[in-house]
Amino acid sequence: MGLLTFKKGIHPPDMKFLAKEKKIRRIEAPKELYVPMSQHIGAPAKCVVNKGDEVKAGSLIGEKGGFVSTNIHSPVSGIVKAVIDHPTVFGTKVQTVVIENDGKNEKAYLDPVKPSAVETIVPGILAGGIVGMGGATFPTHVKLSPPADKPIDTIIINGAECEPYLTSDYRLMLETPEKVVAGLEIFMKAVSAKKGYIGIEANKKDVHGIFSELLKDRDDMEVSLLQTKYPQGAEKQLIYAILKRVVPAGGLPMDVGVVVQNSGTAAAVDELFSEGKPLFERVVTVTGNGVKEPGNFIFPVGATLEFAIEQAGGLTDDAAKVIMGGPMMGFSVDNLKIAVNKGTSGILVLTENEVMKEDYDVCIRCGKCIDVCPMYLSPYKYIELGEQKLYTEAEQWNVMDCIECGSCVYTCPSKRPMIQFIKAEKAKITEQRRKEAAK
Amino acid sequence: MKKFYMSTSPHVFSRDSVKKVMWNVNLALLPAAVWAILRFGMDAFISMLVAITAAVLAEWLFAKLFKQKIRLWDGSAFLTGLLMSMTLPPGMPIIFLIVGAFFAIGFGKAVFGGLGYNPFNPALIGRAFLAASWPVAVITWKEPTVGALSSISAEAAGTLTSTIPAEAVDTITSATPLGALGQAFSLNTQGVIDGAQLDAVTGALSSKESILDLFLGNIGGSLGEISALLLLIGGLYLLWKKIITWHIPVVYILTIGLLSWVFGGKGLMDGSFLFSIFAGGVFLGAFFMATDLVTSPMYSNGKMIYAFLAGVLVVMIRRYGGYPEGVCYSILIMNAFVPIIDRFTKPKPFGYVKEVSK
Repeated sequence: MGLLTFKKGIHPPDMKFLAKEKKIRRIEAPKELYVPMSQHIGAPAKCVVNKGDEVKAGSLIGEKGGFVSTNIHSPVSGIVKAVIDHPTVFGTKVQTVVIENDGKNEKAYLDPVKPSAVETIVPGILAGGIVGMGGATFPTHVKLSPPADKPIDTIIINGAECEPYLTSDYRLMLETPEKVVAGLEIFMKAVSAKKGYIGIEANKKDVHGIFSELLKDRDDMEVSLLQTKYPQGAEKQLIYAILKRVVPAGGLPMDVGVVVQNSGTAAAVDELFSEGKPLFERVVTVTGNGVKEPGNFIFPVGATLEFAIEQAGGLTDDAAKVIMGGPMMGFSVDNLKIAVNKGTSGILVLTENEVMKEDYDVCIRCGKCIDVCPMYLSPYKYIELGEQKLYTEAEQWNVMDCIECGSCVYTCPSKRPMIQFIKAEKAKITEQRRKEAAK
Repeated sequence: MKKFYMSTSPHVFSRDSVKKVMWNVNLALLPAAVWAILRFGMDAFISMLVAITAAVLAEWLFAKLFKQKIRLWDGSAFLTGLLMSMTLPPGMPIIFLIVGAFFAIGFGKAVFGGLGYNPFNPALIGRAFLAASWPVAVITWKEPTVGALSSISAEAAGTLTSTIPAEAVDTITSATPLGALGQAFSLNTQGVIDGAQLDAVTGALSSKESILDLFLGNIGGSLGEISALLLLIGGLYLLWKKIITWHIPVVYILTIGLLSWVFGGKGLMDGSFLFSIFAGGVFLGAFFMATDLVTSPMYSNGKMIYAFLAGVLVVMIRRYGGYPEGVCYSILIMNAFVPIIDRFTKPKPFGYVKEVSK
């Protein structure tokens, strides 16, 4: 049978065996939590609690700070110990509510709403603070509010989990597939989409089987088996694989009538509408050869990396690099006080031997970066242009279309840091565009 | 607190490296190189050894001189030396080999900034320099000295001897099939031999036995061009290892074969397809020279355009030029066009193509 896929891409060793068989474990929340007010793309939430305030699991502690923003809720019951500036994964400090857990686990959930009417779903999702849980953390209610001239006919649930090592989506879909289906149903209702797809990579055949069984009597939903290839779970590539629709450059999935949501997000939305539970915890894979007992855990947001790694047996002696997210697009961190947030799908620890320490080599124009780029770009060029600060030229070479999947660097014989240059060029170009818009 | 490594994503890498690429290409050349030694004996071995040693020394010297990264053992200078020696006849004077290797590394590569920045294939720069400086040495062929194998050159010479006037025999000096063919054509143009005699020569050269000898490598010629079969094996290895793509070798070989079939004979569509691709350095050029990563186009379409034009040049040089063989110059000339080919073959990124029906 032909598996669905996109053109180009890479086949890194998937390394999922480390945590694949480990059931999701619910962990007792730590004594102290650091809940940042910015766990999403867009404006940070406005903190609505003060030192000394009492909170319960589900209490609102941050209110959305703009249209592209969302609410933040307390993951535990306890006392607000302080409101501080605390480091995050991006290296910058953001306003963070420090909560002392009283261990009573008292709840203050929202009133469950029946997701029957379109008008109740989107506000409900905002109230629940739901964001894209695949890593991008784009506020879900925004994705579900397309302008009137862009009707949505299809929702795709992204269950590709194409990042090596990560197994959080896999376990979630395996253990609670009905929640994913219920979430998909809510998404479809929210935008009146006629069709829903669940995209699963072929390395998760068991999950594909479960969904096929669950959906066998439905004609509005379908599960799609995708080739195991990175970056299969990138939005534009996923849409192309399943629907053969091409999202225009600079555009969004809604331009081709599609909204893509992560499988974890779907399950969170189901919990929100069935139990009134806002998004304050998530499944996280803690894995890699740098931790002693890799596994899948439910962590409250605000749990530190230190705490999370302890649950996985702690660091090995040769642990050398800690990555939030997957190995292809995740961020390396050097401070284990940084907290798990709504987008933390995994914490990966690499060992001394697995870390690249060599300096990068010259470009030998082998063209492998071009052969693997899923956006059909010429990655090698961006280092050449970046070194000479030729940002306008980089823009002409379509650097803004790069999805930063890292396939080029992965495959480069010289390990040239294309993504580093591309990120810098994009930042410069965005800054320039902003300046021009302000004029 | 423990110090952790920090970097931009991605954090995992393929196991590929420049070193692996270069040594794999060297490895792919090994069968043909070993065959050359079996066929030509110590002469061939000494040629290769001298060229490689000189190239590696030159690499060190020029890297020091231009303050470039010293990369003696990554296999790239080794490859330049080996490739250059394989484009030359056995028994080249050692001093020529040394000069050629220094020129290849110094003026073919280092002056442009070192590996990755050279517009022309360094090994071919070395050969072209030798061909311009000592033209006689570069085309002085020795009969293979080892192995009691039938020699196509002897066969061709025999045919010529038996069919053409005695005074012309002396001028047939070429020990390579392509050389013999070229001379037969020019003797025909000069009126020394007639059409029937020319037919006899071309017939002998493109006979089944002759083609098989060419394919297997039972012929005279440059070290690296004698066995199309062993070069093909090396080429397939490079394809399998994904170091090269099919575009350049396939288009180059097909272009040469088809154009030689159409224009390479006495009349139209009278030439020999197989003779034209198995003779001379076509396979060496197709798999190891035209595909040189640094000096060939980046995009698939560009690779095909480049290989096609290079193929046209080979046939033009062979048929109408002053040299019996055109592989070296066809590639060097097309190297110069790579930047412009790249510019016009850059594909449109994903998202700029027309939307598929909604």
